Amino acid sequence: MRSYRLYYVYAVVILVGFIYIYRLFQIQIIDDKYALIAEKISLRKQTVYPQRGLIFDRNDKLLVYNEPVYDLMVSVPIKLNGIDTLAFCKLLDINKEKFIQLLAKAKRGSYRGKSVFKKNISNVTYARIQERLYEFKGFFFEIRQDRNYKFNSSAHLLGYLGEVSKKDLELQTEGYYELGDFTGKKGVERFYEKQLRGIKGERYFYVDRSGVNKGSYKSGKLDYEPTDGQDISLSIDIDLQQYGEKLLNHKMGSIVAIEPKTGEILSLISSPFYNPANFNIQNRGKFYSRAINDPTKPIFNRAVSAPYPPGSTFKPIMALIGLEDGAIKSSTHFNCAGEYRLGKRIIRCHFHPSYTSLKQSIASSCNTYYCNIFKNMMQSNKYKNSEDAYKSWRSYLTSFGLGSKLGIDISGEYRGWLKESTYYDKIHGKDRWNYARIISLSFGQGELGLTPIQIANVASIIANQGYYYTPHVIKKIDGIRSIPNQYLVKNYTMISSSNFKPVIKGMQEVTVSGTASDIAIDNINIAGKTGTVQNPHGKNHSAYMAFAPIEDPQIAIAVVIEESGYGASWAAPIAHLMIEKYLMPDTMNESSRPNLEKQMMNSNLIPYKYKSKIDKSLYGN
Amino acid sequence: MGTKFRIDIIALFLFLSIAIIGIASVYSATSNQGVFTLFDGRSGKQLVWLFASVFLGVVIFLLNANFFEVFSMYFYVLFMLLLVLVLVIGVDINGARSWIKLGSFSIQPSEFAKYGTSFAVASIISRIGFSFQNKKDIIKLAVVTLIPMGLIVIQGDMGSALVFLSFIPVFYIEGLTPTIILIGLFMIFVFILTLVFSALYFSIAALLLLFVFYAFTYTNKKLLIPSITIVGLTIFFSMSVQFLFDNFLKEHQQKRIQVTLNLIEDNRGAGYNVNQSKIAIGSGGFSGKGFLNGSHTKGNFIPEQETDFIFCTIGEEGGWIMSSITLALYIGFILRLYYLSSRAKKKYKRIFISSLASILFFHVFINIGMTIGIMPVIGIPLPLVSYGGSSILAFGLFIFTALKMDATRDRDLESVFS
Ligand SMILES: [Zn+2]
Repeated sequence: MRSYRLYYVYAVVILVGFIYIYRLFQIQIIDDKYALIAEKISLRKQTVYPQRGLIFDRNDKLLVYNEPVYDLMVSVPIKLNGIDTLAFCKLLDINKEKFIQLLAKAKRGSYRGKSVFKKNISNVTYARIQERLYEFKGFFFEIRQDRNYKFNSSAHLLGYLGEVSKKDLELQTEGYYELGDFTGKKGVERFYEKQLRGIKGERYFYVDRSGVNKGSYKSGKLDYEPTDGQDISLSIDIDLQQYGEKLLNHKMGSIVAIEPKTGEILSLISSPFYNPANFNIQNRGKFYSRAINDPTKPIFNRAVSAPYPPGSTFKPIMALIGLEDGAIKSSTHFNCAGEYRLGKRIIRCHFHPSYTSLKQSIASSCNTYYCNIFKNMMQSNKYKNSEDAYKSWRSYLTSFGLGSKLGIDISGEYRGWLKESTYYDKIHGKDRWNYARIISLSFGQGELGLTPIQIANVASIIANQGYYYTPHVIKKIDGIRSIPNQYLVKNYTMISSSNFKPVIKGMQEVTVSGTASDIAIDNINIAGKTGTVQNPHGKNHSAYMAFAPIEDPQIAIAVVIEESGYGASWAAPIAHLMIEKYLMPDTMNESSRPNLEKQMMNSNLIPYKYKSKIDKSLYGN
Repeated sequence: MGTKFRIDIIALFLFLSIAIIGIASVYSATSNQGVFTLFDGRSGKQLVWLFASVFLGVVIFLLNANFFEVFSMYFYVLFMLLLVLVLVIGVDINGARSWIKLGSFSIQPSEFAKYGTSFAVASIISRIGFSFQNKKDIIKLAVVTLIPMGLIVIQGDMGSALVFLSFIPVFYIEGLTPTIILIGLFMIFVFILTLVFSALYFSIAALLLLFVFYAFTYTNKKLLIPSITIVGLTIFFSMSVQFLFDNFLKEHQQKRIQVTLNLIEDNRGAGYNVNQSKIAIGSGGFSGKGFLNGSHTKGNFIPEQETDFIFCTIGEEGGWIMSSITLALYIGFILRLYYLSSRAKKKYKRIFISSLASILFFHVFINIGMTIGIMPVIGIPLPLVSYGGSSILAFGLFIFTALKMDATRDRDLESVFS
């Protein structure tokens, strides 16, 4: 009896052995959920951020570099026992309530087992905590690159970084970004984001129950190092840029200077500006709302975003269209008795010698001459009706890159205002309008808006006698001139090159005997055109467009100074100083015209209504 | 000398294999706690205890073969006194008063009590005239096993107390009527059903069953009284289980049982260990993550991993292959011990060795079952593998005593009562 009972016991022991081995087979081999759960629990991915590409100016002066910022991270879930939270709070300079609040927030926002506890920890705090980090298991730092700047300059152009938005995350196709990543938000930083950002590296490692790193996963086989972003060189000249910023100090306006031969932007300034360092990741929180509330709109990049009626700076374009379309010849003269009559309406002109030539009309900015050109064109037999003629006129302008975005490499570009003929149909009725209704377009007023960069591009077109390269600030990517193709294509206007000569003559006369003659520069032949833009909200805007030297144009420039007065008073002198600074930087050091320079730099042209509301902290550091 | 060291090679090989797996596993489970080599920290200590038990084994082999049989009851009393002593001067660790501190050492008398009790059990059953039909004898057996159980329950270590159920298969082999075992199994069945469906629903179901049974057999008056009695007792038992469960078990004990029966999902509280343990073992796959490479082991996700949950390390780092090999070594060792018991010529030795086999089996059955989530969390070590000096020493003594008994079997007379 005893032995058969022993066999039963043997059987039970063996049976249990098989059941357990089968059960192990089930959970270890058949069911793979445990392996996945185990990885989820203990495997962490750490993103290693690359160095963002540096930004240089056209003479390889460093403008933008990187500075680390530290995010204090926490593993989720976190075990707080064993952590001296009081000491931790003290190091972080927060109180207990804040700690609890931050922790709760971190727990809610956790992603793949970790979460940001506190962002943008300063260098000093980082050093203080890092030293004792081993005491606070589950807390660790992630280092990212913020921007810093060699010059308090060019903020609008350079733009800034920010955290990638939820919308961008959803729209991205490559899956590069993760929540919390930095990306270029504005300016060059945004346009050249792909070149600048580099490739993120990844490290996989195991963590323990407290979130402490327990060594790499598969001895680092899946890890890879980040690839640093490409450095870029901009076409701007930082000396010229800073000089222009000095000239625009206490003014609302813009300067855009382009090298006509290449379309490279030499200088692009919008004023008021701000210190770019105030808008980096660490500081923007402090300054952003101040900038938003400043009535002079310092964040707004006027140079590419603000449309102004071009005023008289439009006249050279009008002359070119007149010549091309046959409305005038280069020898055409018109009588001007100081006004242009249009039924009951009188368009005033200023005093100048009458029986006006094309050259004279530009030099003395005769309105009558341009009203006549416009009338001739609009009533030409070539066209079925006014609408047809307007369409033709409009297409000339679009060939100058007006009415649409040029496609520059700085964010925020505005297309300006250039109405379709249907706009006038809507207002006046189909076939119920003619040139008389829209005559003010002929001298750059009315439903016409050009951004300063569009005006500068027009100057560039005239300098090139008929074509332009799309303006751009990129010069080199990763040390070589491999810039985007769209910036290497000549865009031709509808104006034949021969028609430019008489217009350039007229523009030269502007600086010899015309509206800008008293600020001419010795040894440099400048072709220019002043503009005084009527502003229903205050003083006239002062505008100027020019290029120089006429024989071999190196620089085309547009300057607009808001609510300041005549084009000749502010925009033209500032443009000439810029031209001189660029073309003759050596003699400029002693300044050939110290008084003019001083007057321009020191004049405060901010309208009185804004003066008291300006936040000065934005501009300095 | 010749016969003194004629040890069973197979059993010794299995013993050493398991012990080596143990050292390696403890080393791995603790290697993230500042332990750099096998000889540091807990694996180092484990190694020392293993050598100590081998040394004691040598001493045992030098003793006279009849030494144990003669002094059986003295051993028993000695170990029972230790159990009483621990209640007086013991220290509380993890809510149980199971340890006696001796300088820098702590010993856990409950680990040794199994060894001591086996002497008493072997001694009582092997006495001339012993019979499982004799009530006096049954009571004697009940007393020697219930005394240590009771004392250990008082210490607060429910798990170690349950180990004494291991003597049931020994009694069965020796002639205990299986009815009692069947009743026991039936009670476990009722116990589970009660916790799953509650005593009330269970009782209603039992009564309905009785009614249906009566409807078919009402002509047979003889069946009526016994069936009513059985159903009545069952309902009484079920109600008692419910009452005891609700009123006497601590909340964490209730939860452990409920989690095992899959009645509640609790991966953070009581179920945390088991869940993490299953994840660790399950993630091991076919061949494991490699020695010292278990991410769950390294990450301390399983508390008490080097003690009660040591099998996780084997499962995670050695995969299915290594866990099956380990299990097979245990099963082989247990079967070998049962075999050694069967070839003993003295009843005393037979019972002692089969007690060891049964106790080992109980430990392995519960401990591994617990780590793979099919047994409740009962805190008993995996013999020879779990970290713990008392456990290693006690099992070492136990095993070498058994092997000494086997080694000297030829000098024994054939037992008359087999
Ligand atoms: Zn005039």
